[in-house]
This record gives sequence, structure tokens and C-alpha cells, in this order.
Amino acid sequence: MGATGALFIAVFLACVVEAVEATTIVLAAGTSRDWRSATSGMAGALVVLAIVVAALGPAVSEVPLRGLRLFVGALLLVFGLQWLRKAILRASGYKALHDEDKIFAEQMAAAAAQPRRSAGLVPDWYGFTLSFKGVLLEGLEVVFIVLTFGANQHDIGLAAVAAACAVALVAVAGVAIRSPLRRVPENTMKFVVGIMLTAFGTFWGAEGAGAHWPGSDASLLVLVPAIAVFALAMVAVLRGNQVAAVERS
Amino acid sequence: MAKRLRAFAAFWYDFVIGDDWLVAAGVVASLALTYALSRAAVPAWWLVPVSLVLLLPVSLWRATRRGG
Repeated sequence: MGATGALFIAVFLACVVEAVEATTIVLAAGTSRDWRSATSGMAGALVVLAIVVAALGPAVSEVPLRGLRLFVGALLLVFGLQWLRKAILRASGYKALHDEDKIFAEQMAAAAAQPRRSAGLVPDWYGFTLSFKGVLLEGLEVVFIVLTFGANQHDIGLAAVAAACAVALVAVAGVAIRSPLRRVPENTMKFVVGIMLTAFGTFWGAEGAGAHWPGSDASLLVLVPAIAVFALAMVAVLRGNQVAAVERS
Repeated sequence: MAKRLRAFAAFWYDFVIGDDWLVAAGVVASLALTYALSRAAVPAWWLVPVSLVLLLPVSLWRATRRGG
């Protein structure tokens, strides 16, 4: 697996996580309120996202690569460490696991409590807005991932294909089961995405700051497993602490 | 208006900085140091990985101390 494979996997997994969250919101809006409003909200958000991509896409390629790497590397590193920190805390039992079933039930209860108001062609404004906001916010994260990862590795096309595969896979699964995507091992995926974001952030951030990696892009192939091993060691240490605390009490 | 500005600032703080400001500050410091070493023609690729090895356990320790 080269740097191209690592790029595809990083973008694909990060986008699967965002797509699962967006699909859960759309399913909650459709099931509890009105399917037509939920799908119109989703379509509206996709149109806005297309406009954002059309406006931002060419602009990103104009930014000097070194400055872009430093800025994006720093952001990815902070995001990656946040994800990794939460994933380690969840895996070691210090934080509750992310539960799409629970989120789905909460969204359903909140949505069902709202009164129904129609406007224009939309039968239920609340269902439309819920779906629109969910798809737009998660979609913007997908756009950010594709543009930054793609521009940094000079392969926006491959990043876009990885994102499209992820979104299509989750959308098909969501339509097929019409229930929260509980079969997707989201906590495991968040752990992997945290590792990938941290590795790419480390690589691009240091390179943007003027450092030269031994072996250039190939150093990613050392960074990814090294960060994974370190994160797993942290989980083992924290689990040990949990067990010791239980035994003491 | 002030309430909206505060909410806007809180959203971006949460989005960029997240749960632990120390991680963001550590990342910025390690990149700044990498830049300074690189300008002085000193190999600096190792600095960010080393800072991760220090930052992550410290941040986890702070999180477990205050309960997640």
C-alpha cells in the first residue's frame, strides 16, 4: 500500500463516519416527520454543497502548497488528536461508546415533539430543516476532507472518488435498512480515522513548517502504524488503570 | 447580537480547539519549533512525532482526572 492507498483509505473512512451521521439524521427526520420533507431537505443541502465545491475547489488549488500543508497539517493534527483522544477514552471505558441507536432515538423524540408547519412545496418545515442542517454540516466536513487531503497529495480526483464511494455505500445501506446504521462499527472506525488524521497532520504539518521527512511520502507508511501502536498502548494502560481502580474499591 | 457572537465564537472554539486547549497549544508550539529549527538548517522532522508522544498521554491523563 503506497501513499495513494493511504490517501484513499483515510478519505474513505473519514467520509463513512460523516455519512453515517448525516444518514442517521435524515432517517430520523423521515421516519418521525415526513419523508418528502426530509428528502427535499437533503436535496437542498446537496445543492448548497455543490455550489460550495464549485466556489472553493479552484481556490484551493491556487493556495501555495507549503502554506496549505502547514495550515491543513496543524488543523488535521488538532482534529486527529481530538478524535484519537475520544476513541482511546471510549475503548478503555472512560467514556460512553458512541451509540447511533441512542442518537436516532433522541432525534426521533425531539422531532416528534415539534408541531407540524407546512411552507410552499414542503409539507413539514421542521423535517426539511432537520435534514438540511444535518446533511449540510456533515457534507461540509466531507468537502473539507476531500479538498484538503486531495490538494495536499495532488490528487483531488482520487479523494473525491473515495468520498463518493463512502457516501454511496452508506446511502445504499441507509435506504436498505431504514434504521440507524448500528451495524457500522463506528467507534472502531473513529479510532482508525483518528490515527489517519493524526498521521497525515503530522506529515503535512512538519513538511509545511519546513522539515524534510526521511523517505518523503513513504514515511507515512511508518507514521500510520507507529501512531496506531502508540494509541493501542494508551488503551491498554488506561484499561489497566480502570481494572486497578475497581480492584482497590 | 452579543449572544449570537458568543455562540458563534463558542462554535468555532469547540470546532477547532475541542475538549482540551493544551493539545491545540502543543501542536502550534511544536510546529513553530519545527519551523525555527528548519530555518536554522537543523533536521526537525522528529519534533512533531515526539510532541505527540508527550501531548496525547498528558491530555488523556487530564481527561481521566476530570472523568472523560
